Amino acid sequence: MRWLLLKDLQILRRSPVLMLLLVAYSAAIAVMIGSATRETDAKPRVAFLNQIPADEDEFVVAGQRLKASRYADELFKSVDAVTVTTRAEAVEKVRDGDVLAAIIVPADTTQRLKAALALTGSPRAPTLEVIYNGADPLQARAVEATIKGRLADANQAISAELTKASAQYIDILLRGGGLGVLGADFNVLGLQRSEKIVADALDALPRDSPQRAGLEEVRRFARAAVENLDLAGPVLRSVGQPLKVQKQVINARTTPADRYYVAVALTLSALFVALLIGAGMLSLEREEHTFGRLARGLVTPLQLIAAKILLGTLVGLAVTTLMACGVAIFVPLELGRAPIWLPVLAVACIAFGATGVALGALAKDVRAASLIGVLISLPIAFLALIPPSAMSPALFDLVRIISAPFAFRPGLQAVDGALSGGSFGLPLVHLVALIAVYGVIGRQAAFRIR
Amino acid sequence: MSALVAESLSKRFGDRDALSAVSFRVEPGQVVAIIGPNGAGKTTLLSILGGVLPPTSGSVDRDPHEIGWVPQQPAVYSKLSVVENLRLFARLEGVSDDAVRQMLDRTGLVERADDVVSELSGGNRQRVNIAVGLLREPRVLLLDEPSAALDPRQRARIWEFILGLTTHGIAVVFSTHDVGEAERFADRLLVLADGELLFAGAPAGLHKQVDAAHTDFETAFVSFLRERGH
Repeated sequence: MRWLLLKDLQILRRSPVLMLLLVAYSAAIAVMIGSATRETDAKPRVAFLNQIPADEDEFVVAGQRLKASRYADELFKSVDAVTVTTRAEAVEKVRDGDVLAAIIVPADTTQRLKAALALTGSPRAPTLEVIYNGADPLQARAVEATIKGRLADANQAISAELTKASAQYIDILLRGGGLGVLGADFNVLGLQRSEKIVADALDALPRDSPQRAGLEEVRRFARAAVENLDLAGPVLRSVGQPLKVQKQVINARTTPADRYYVAVALTLSALFVALLIGAGMLSLEREEHTFGRLARGLVTPLQLIAAKILLGTLVGLAVTTLMACGVAIFVPLELGRAPIWLPVLAVACIAFGATGVALGALAKDVRAASLIGVLISLPIAFLALIPPSAMSPALFDLVRIISAPFAFRPGLQAVDGALSGGSFGLPLVHLVALIAVYGVIGRQAAFRIR
Repeated sequence: MSALVAESLSKRFGDRDALSAVSFRVEPGQVVAIIGPNGAGKTTLLSILGGVLPPTSGSVDRDPHEIGWVPQQPAVYSKLSVVENLRLFARLEGVSDDAVRQMLDRTGLVERADDVVSELSGGNRQRVNIAVGLLREPRVLLLDEPSAALDPRQRARIWEFILGLTTHGIAVVFSTHDVGEAERFADRLLVLADGELLFAGAPAGLHKQVDAAHTDFETAFVSFLRERGH
């Protein structure tokens, strides 16, 4: 066994390309994961529009001076805020991808907060508007989670203030004191003192006084109020979630995100099947020594690689169609749109098959072709699935450049668009261009095999 | 009329000459052996004759379709049966299924027609390999080391089969490292070394060109090469 191990190591040492590939692969994966992990800590860029008038930023509740902008700071802990001046600018930045989302604090936020705390009728909770781009469900979900988390922190910070305020309200209601309502200060008697005054008045009244019954009723009420403190209810209810969020999605998908995951599953399966079949079956010709026999006029190199691409496409399409039928049991897929998404899936399979054939023509045998196929497919699929919110804009651009020569990303975009009723024209053009490029590479490499 | 005429065939790989102006002719029913040390250009010459490689210069008077080409390694699909392989190549060659039946008969593979190639012996696999090369009934059959990796019994059977082809007027050109085999079965020898054709003629002619003291053909061949600086 020792000698076998030594022999294998010796063979590996004499396979510099394979060794280089293995080392480069490990390094590339490590760099990608490291970058993604490191970049996850980076703050996503979020547009921020504060519509609260400057003179309303501060307000007083139950004697406490509160500042609305202080709570915005909570939101900025996890996002890189890009200040904008209008709602239209915020929407444009989201649509263009300059920022991942926009948070708009409406002008009436302070008023609503004050109303919520001042017990002036049924309060409407202050509502922040969050706009994000729904074109990429993974990104949308990540951004939504980040903003939800930050809003929870902001709510908690406000809740802490409101808890103090509500405690003061309760104290004022119980013991009496100064209270500001609609900008005017009032001196509140307090329930305990009210009860005592009513009790004193009752003691002073003759037993047959007609006013006695009414005063008795007031005293019972005051006593019950002291015991139950129901008047603090609106305040206490608002303590839980003082800020509400109104979500708006632009470039919205017309279908559920589930369908995006179906698109991912179908594209990933098509990638592996079509690519490995294309690569494996072409390199099999080399392994079986039949390439020379075929190439001496029986078939042209172009016919040979076209046959392998077609094989990869047919098998890839068959597997993914079966898969789609199975998935349709659990996720509502518009099978009526099959005449649209099946041809798109077929184009993606052709692109994957062409990639495989190019690899198969370059590899010396089936095992090497399969290994190279997997080594290339996995990181490319991984890169295409990382949400942009997990990366800095520079890294995202780099990932887009790295992914561009490979068919997975445009394949996923095209299949997703076809499944969800979105657009898929550009990714389809990208796929056709890649088919041509890989076709030429495969043909040239096939000539070399002879 | 000659079965095959090669004129000044040259092949260059980068800055290395694999073949230098090699000319010869093969007559119908003749058996021609190409011998020479490793790297002499034997396989390159056969590949050019078979249309697998284009020559850098020179010409062959036959179209590749008129020449049967049998590579050293069996160039058939190991997961297909014998008859499936023959049918596939018959279709690619544009010949009828009758040719497949005839070829199974001629190669004695009728009994093994439905056997998967990977389960055949080395000798039978080589028969299938040759059968594919004969499907178009070529006037010339090229064989690259046809008996390599076969045991003596299988080798004898293969040669019996190959020599039987010449009775139908098929010319056979084969390369080999076994000079004894070349002396025994070939009518003519082509001796190549470093891409140059050093000798073309009958085995006895080569024997005569070296010191008469050497009676053994293999020793005579080695002396022939040594005397010419190889």
